[in-house]
Amino acid sequence: MSTILSRVMNYYAVLAIYKFEMARMRRTLLQSIVTPVLTTSLYFIVFGAAIGSRIQEVGGVGYGAFIVPGLIMLSLLTNSISNASFGIYFPKFSGTVYEVLSAPVSTLEVVLGYVGAAATKAIILGLIILATAGFFIELRIAHPIIMLLFIVLTALSFSLFGFILGIWADNFEKLSIVPALIITPLVFLGGSFYSTDMLPPVWQSISLMNPVLYLVSGLRWSFYEISEVNVWVSLVGVSLFLLVCLGVVYAIFRTGYRLRP
Amino acid sequence: MAVIEPEVGSTILSIQQLSKVYAGGFAALKSVSLDIKAGEIIALLGPNGAGKTTLISTICGLVQPSSGRVLVAGHDITTDYRITRALIGLVPQELTTDSFETVWNTVSFSRGLFGRAPDPAHIERVLRSLSLWDKKDNMLRTLSGGMKRRVLIAKALSHEPRILFLDEPTAGVDVSLRKDMWAIVSDLRASGVTIILTTHYIEEAEEIADRIGVINHGELILVEEKRALMAKLGKKQLELELFDPLEGLPNSLAPFGLELSANGLKLIYTFDTTESGENNISSVLEALREAGITFKDLHTSQSSLEEIFVGLVNQPADGIAQGAAT
Repeated sequence: MSTILSRVMNYYAVLAIYKFEMARMRRTLLQSIVTPVLTTSLYFIVFGAAIGSRIQEVGGVGYGAFIVPGLIMLSLLTNSISNASFGIYFPKFSGTVYEVLSAPVSTLEVVLGYVGAAATKAIILGLIILATAGFFIELRIAHPIIMLLFIVLTALSFSLFGFILGIWADNFEKLSIVPALIITPLVFLGGSFYSTDMLPPVWQSISLMNPVLYLVSGLRWSFYEISEVNVWVSLVGVSLFLLVCLGVVYAIFRTGYRLRP
Repeated sequence: MAVIEPEVGSTILSIQQLSKVYAGGFAALKSVSLDIKAGEIIALLGPNGAGKTTLISTICGLVQPSSGRVLVAGHDITTDYRITRALIGLVPQELTTDSFETVWNTVSFSRGLFGRAPDPAHIERVLRSLSLWDKKDNMLRTLSGGMKRRVLIAKALSHEPRILFLDEPTAGVDVSLRKDMWAIVSDLRASGVTIILTTHYIEEAEEIADRIGVINHGELILVEEKRALMAKLGKKQLELELFDPLEGLPNSLAPFGLELSANGLKLIYTFDTTESGENNISSVLEALREAGITFKDLHTSQSSLEEIFVGLVNQPADGIAQGAAT
């Protein structure tokens, strides 16, 4: 199997990068897994148990259950971006990126290694959060395949986005500014913790311009068959975003932007 | 990935009119051309900013060339990058390592990255040859600078390259380690690896290189066999310590261009080693005897590579061209 693969691509390089990145996750287990799980548990305690008990059902779903897709999406987005951006930024910062750039690897192989590992970590984390949620509420997943599809597509596309961010960033501040100042607000304003039906009409219209709304809505549909927008619009949207990010990464390697002077 | 084994003595690296102009307009390389044969060691000398690292980085794929072509074992580095890069190992100038990785893991990672199947026996051989075996489980951050340098060499050798680029391999290392490095380079050459190194240390080039290339202001101003270079551009001097001080040189000695020291007790005769057998030492000595000048001691000296190098980079452009052409 590996011999056949090595004829068409640098299979060993993809595996080397992937394993290297996954090893980093194991080394930073506390930061990678325990911290997000603890944060998610706190969300459930605060929003699910303390505040949620005073909120009536949303769309026929208990508030604790309603926020599960939003919490998974928050974790998927922030972790995909931070894993992938750090994965490529740190070698740039430390200088070890010279090895990847001088190796016989194609753009696709580099991306498969780095983005594949970042997405894997984010997916594992998303599933851990899902399991954690099971301790607090009774889980019901109407369309598990669609749920997995959303989780995988989101993790992949935002890992790609993080990879681009890591190449673009030339200091640690830039690395953290996009997740902190753009992604987190979009997730919070994207219907993670509320239904847009609860907003005044003008804010409902404005919310439709938030791309994260489509992701949360699609994932929530896979759980409870309730959504703000059609689930296929969400799927097509995230797939298009994936393609755009792939195109940008291809252009980066072709031009050498911030990698090869 | 197929392994290419270049024949010793064949051209393994061909640099053809390679130029690099950075985005800011700085021309780091100006139409550099150079052929390197399999199995040789070539040292690239040049002051800081001369273009040595840019040349290496371009061949290895770290910098995009502005124009020109580079062939590795007959393959273009741009279109056949998978083949060419698999043949090349690079030891960078900076000590860039993943601090939290172990020696074994980082060297194994490099082998995989360059498309080679895992081979613990080869990694062990490389680590042992570089005296790193007992450090294989150590994290890189716990190693000394010298050991990190060895790790970088081990990483570069992990995929069994046929060309090894060493960019300032002994920068910042102590004398003992530097000699160890020279021994390592010598062993590598014995195994058929072609070595291209950049260095500031002239003695390093003098010690281990077969050929010397001098780069200055992005131009390869000279490439020559080390011995031929020293013979061609090196000067020899004959110093004579006189018994009695001279106030001036007699007219009969004028044709030889002798220098007289300030105290009049030393005569210096500079001659060119290329004038084989006709350097007129005997004529000078005969003329001295006829003039009644006696000396109590004499010795000859030859200029080092360092003096040749300083002389070259300080020459005006036309002077260099003439020197290179001779």
